[in-house]
Formats: sequence, C-alpha cells, structure tokens
Amino acid sequence: MAGSGTAHLRDEDDMMIRVENLTVQFPAKGSNVVHAVSGISFDVRCGETLGLVGESGCGKSTTGKALLQLPPPTGGSVQLDGEELTQLSRPEMTARRTDIQMIFQDPISSLNPRRTIGKIVAEPLDVWGPTARDEQWALVASILDAVGIDPEDAKYKRPHEYSGGQCQRISIARALVMEPKVIICDEPVSALDVSVQAQILNMLEDLKAKHGLTLVFIAHDLAVVKNISDRVAVMYLGKMCEISDSDDLYAKPAHPYTQLLMDSHPEPNPDAVIDDTVILGGEIPSPIFPPSGCRFRTRCESADDRCANEEPKMSMISDGHYVACHHPLVEPVS
Amino acid sequence: MSSSAASDSRALLSVRELRTHFNVGDHAVKAVDGVSFDVQEGKTLGIVGESGCGKTVLSRSIMGITTASNASTSGSVTYCGTELAGKSKRELRKFWGEEMAMVFQDPMTSLNPVVRIGRQLTEHLRAHKDLSKSEANDLAVQLLTWVRIPEPKERLSNFPHQMSGGMRQRVCIAIALACSPNLLFADEPTTALDVTVQHQILNLLAQQQQERQMGMVLVTHDLGVVATRTDDIAVMYAGKFVEKASTSALFSGMRHPYTQSLFWSIPKTSEPKHTRLSAIVGRPPNLAALPPGCSFADRCPYVQPICREVEPELQTIDSHSFACHLPVGSSDAEAALSANISAGLPQSKGAAARREAHQGTLT
Repeated sequence: MAGSGTAHLRDEDDMMIRVENLTVQFPAKGSNVVHAVSGISFDVRCGETLGLVGESGCGKSTTGKALLQLPPPTGGSVQLDGEELTQLSRPEMTARRTDIQMIFQDPISSLNPRRTIGKIVAEPLDVWGPTARDEQWALVASILDAVGIDPEDAKYKRPHEYSGGQCQRISIARALVMEPKVIICDEPVSALDVSVQAQILNMLEDLKAKHGLTLVFIAHDLAVVKNISDRVAVMYLGKMCEISDSDDLYAKPAHPYTQLLMDSHPEPNPDAVIDDTVILGGEIPSPIFPPSGCRFRTRCESADDRCANEEPKMSMISDGHYVACHHPLVEPVS
Repeated sequence: MSSSAASDSRALLSVRELRTHFNVGDHAVKAVDGVSFDVQEGKTLGIVGESGCGKTVLSRSIMGITTASNASTSGSVTYCGTELAGKSKRELRKFWGEEMAMVFQDPMTSLNPVVRIGRQLTEHLRAHKDLSKSEANDLAVQLLTWVRIPEPKERLSNFPHQMSGGMRQRVCIAIALACSPNLLFADEPTTALDVTVQHQILNLLAQQQQERQMGMVLVTHDLGVVATRTDDIAVMYAGKFVEKASTSALFSGMRHPYTQSLFWSIPKTSEPKHTRLSAIVGRPPNLAALPPGCSFADRCPYVQPICREVEPELQTIDSHSFACHLPVGSSDAEAALSANISAGLPQSKGAAARREAHQGTLT
C-alpha cells in the first residue's frame, strides 16, 4: 500500500538520517516515467539499525542509493546528521560520502578482480588520506583484522582467491576504512550460505557496537531483517506501508502486505501452518503506471473503492508503530 | 518413510552407493560420495545442504546429465526396477520427461531466450508423443492453465524475457510436467524468486504432486522450505548424507551436529530482534582433499579425537539415520561439548552462548 505522510517521523535531536518525501523517478520509453520511489519518509537514530524490506522492484535499493545521492533524488529531502544533502554541490557531496558508505549484494562482483585486496581496501585512503603507504597499510591491516581476514595473507591476494563470505568481509572492510557514521547494506547476505550469513550478521552487530555505526539494512528475508534491525520499514512499489519496532511489527503486523510477506516466509518449523491455497498471487504492478490510491490494492483482499480513490496516509497504530492503510489489521489506538 | 538399508518394493527410485567424482589433475573431487536413498510414490524427499555440498551434482547424476568429461559415476540408480546407471544418453532419453523430469534453479537461464514459450513447451511433447502441431498446441495451453498462467493462449507467443521470474518458473514446471512424469526433481526451484512467489510456486508443486501422485525430490539450501513441504529430509555435507529421517523426526530430534548447527545459524522470526546467531565457524572442506575421519570435524562443537581419525558410518535407529560418533542427545555428546566449552574451543562458542541463554538445554 502505499502510503505517504510524515506522521511517523520522530522529532528528536539524535537523528542521524532524516528522509522526507523522497522521490526518485527515472525516464522511460516515450515520455513515461518510472516511479521507483514515490514520497517516502523515515528517520534513523544514531546507532540504530533500520531494516528496509520488500519484494524485488519495490524501490528499496533505489532508496538506499538515493541516500548517497546516487543519483540525486528527483524530489524530497535527505538529511545526514542535520545537514541537507540534496542541496550540496558535487564536490561537497563527494566529501560527505566519507561519512556514508555502502555494502553491495554480490560480494564478488563488487570487488575489482584485477586488484589486490590490499589495494582495494586502501583505495578510499588514496583520496582522503593518509596517503603515506606505511600509515595506510597499518590502518588497512587493523581493519582487515577486525573483519576476520588475515592482513599479511590478503595484501597480495586478489578477490578470486577468496570465498563469497570472505569477499563480503573485504567489502565491509573497504566501507569501514573511511570511519563512516552510516553504512547502507544492500542485501549483504542474500548471496551467502546460511552458515556464512550468520557469521556476517554477527560481525555487523559487533562492528556496529564497536564503531558506533548507524545501519540501513536492505533485505528481502524477513527473518534476517528482524534479527538485525531495531526498526523495520516495509516497502511496496515505491511507497512505505508500515514502520515499527521490529519485535512489534512481527508480533502484530497491521498492513495486509506485511501479513502477506510473513505468511509467505518459510519458517524452519514443521508444525507451521501453511496457507496452501495461494497458487496464483498478483504480481507487482508496473512502476510506470502504478495503481491509483493505495498501490497495493490490486493484490489486497480488503481493497474497496476508497482504496482506489484515496491514498492512505501514515497513521499511528500504537507507540512507534505506524501504518498506511485504510483497513489496517490492527485497530489503531485513538 | 524410506529406509536406506533395505530396498522397498514400492520405491519409485532407489539410489545405492552413488558416487560422482571429478578428476582434476591427479586427484578426484568427490562431489557425491556414496549416497543411498529411496523415493516413494507420492512422497517428497528434501535434500538440504550448503553450496558445494554436492546436492546439485547428486540430482544431475541420477538423471544422467552430468556432462563434464572428467566426471566418473558409479553406483546404482534403479527406477521402478530398471537400472539406469550405465545406460546411454539415447536410452535415457526415453526416461527423461515421461518418467522423470527436472526443474532447475534459474528460470532466467533454463529457458531458451530466442525461442517462443509455445515452441519450448511443444518441442518435447511432439518428440515424446505422436501429436500433430495443433494437438500439441492445445496441450501446451492446457499445461499453462495447470500451472495457473493467466491468458495461456496469448502467452504461447511470448519470449521468456517478456515474463517475470515467477512466470518463467511456472513455464519450466509446465515443461517438466508435460509428459506426466512419475518423479520430479526440483533443484532449488524457488531460490531466485521473491518469498511471495516462492510460496505460490511451492504450493503449485505440492498441488500438482498430489494430483498426479508423483514422487518428488526437493533440493534446497533452505531448512525453512523443506520443513513444511517434505515427508523425509536428507542433510548433505561434503558429498555424503550425514543425516536422514522423516521430517517430523528430524525437527523434533536432530542427531547430527551439522544439522543442528545449520538450524541454529538461521535467523527466525519467532525469536526477538538482535538474537545472537550461532554461526558455524570455518568453511566446508575442500572436496578434493577431504580430511581423514569426519569431514565436519573442524567445524563441529562436539569434536573429539576419534572424529579426526575414524570416519563415522551411517547408522540407523528407528528409521533415523545419522553418521556421527557423538550423536546429539547422547550423554557422550553432552560430555564432549562441556569439555570443548571449558577448553575454549572456537567452534563451541556458539553452543556455549546458546546453552547459557537457554539455561542448560540445547534444543
């Protein structure tokens, strides 16, 4: 569903990220426009982890990249630690990017196969210093060590000599070397095996505590997102459906889309009741011609005329739990 | 319930001591190393394991489609009493499609991108059955209806790129079901798909299986997928089955430390946020240079000297098979774990934290 509104934003001083009415559009064939992200708002407190979850094509990666102004959003505001990023000039933004780093989904293709690990992790330092080789190496070695890669061994090795999990550790080291305030993790564990996934998730939690990081964690796996996030935002077709403390969200999903995602999630529990009637679900509509009103209405069981005509706004269900739906599954406290 | 010890007369498929080794230089990569199991009519066997454990090579070896020239396969694969091992491609072709079929992981690459869906569906229909072009077309429409593709007639003239991932996987399933096979291999059929679509595809497979009384082998890395969709589960590690039991028996009492570790390392929505995951330390062993003894020893929280010396045999107690010297739940295993925890063994840290959090119980 798609909803807009800013009721869920918290007006407190310790917000690291504050995004308001973020819109990202891309030109499409003819004079059409792809509505990748349409007016979403959220904030992330210092030291907090926000999980962004949704199906492919819901705009969660685009949102992550828009925070970094890659590309600059079509509209809306992105504040990092009180500073408005959308108004910065290119060189100013380049300087600010040291504070906000990104980890990508495919750990192997996000590392240059022709460079050594030592060079890959040191590259940000060539730009921002220190540039002295021995100083650089001391820093790189300490960070590689922190992510569980043997620095002496890695210095002259190249990415193909490492497994997927190790490459993801190296990507994390490269992001950490700038001592960022925020790391945007775009599906960092979805290409990894479960045993390695657990190692990386534990390590992210440790690094977050040690370096005082703020994380934006983008993923499609509900259990992974719940495990690592303090708050979770559910996105659908460029809109935000629901945002809440993660325990609260999983205990009492208020949005029909959140419920659908949870019903589809396979829990490793043989006694779990599965709804085996769903064989053909709706598919996500085209973001070029999104449905009017609530964007989820084409797949929603409780959709009615109101959903087609009026876009739902974010409203409070309980303390810190907001949903954009005309027919929420949990009655709001008024 | 299948048992690996004695061949069941009703078994649709019996695999005995199947080995597929790839010869690389002067050593062999033992991708599948002595695997035995049965699949019964109308039942589903789940094969679970991490990447590189040999689960895909296993299903391809059974189908007889390991194409690598350096592969050598031995062992027996019996389908309804007929031995398939050693048959030529030409002979096997009679079995493919009509008797056993396969759905592959990646619906983006398992369809031919430059051939219309209609032709990809009818091509083998016409090869297997004596059908005219229009009869084959009618059947293709029928197949697309079965797999719940809306507007099936119009879809026949589509190219794969005009369909979404979920739709393409439905087409792959339709192709696999076209000649009404009795046995279906589904190799990670939903890994590339969104959870909502995964749910639908698994429902579709279950429904088709029930209607046709097909046997099914569901290969996946996701314990969540097999938990509610299978009758039996086999857990594979480094080319071998390390545990095999009925789904309910497996989840109510895991005996192999690998199965247990795998289960613990999965985040669960039923646990509160920031629950510390018990990761499995290290990586799976190199299949070309397997250590002596148990191949899980280096990562096992229960490891004892015997595990590094003697390879455990698969033993069966009450139709629950496991290959471990110190099966989980035994008093020996508890003692070994306590000793490892007090010795500060790195691989026992996760288990130690878990024991503390759950006040002594490890389940």
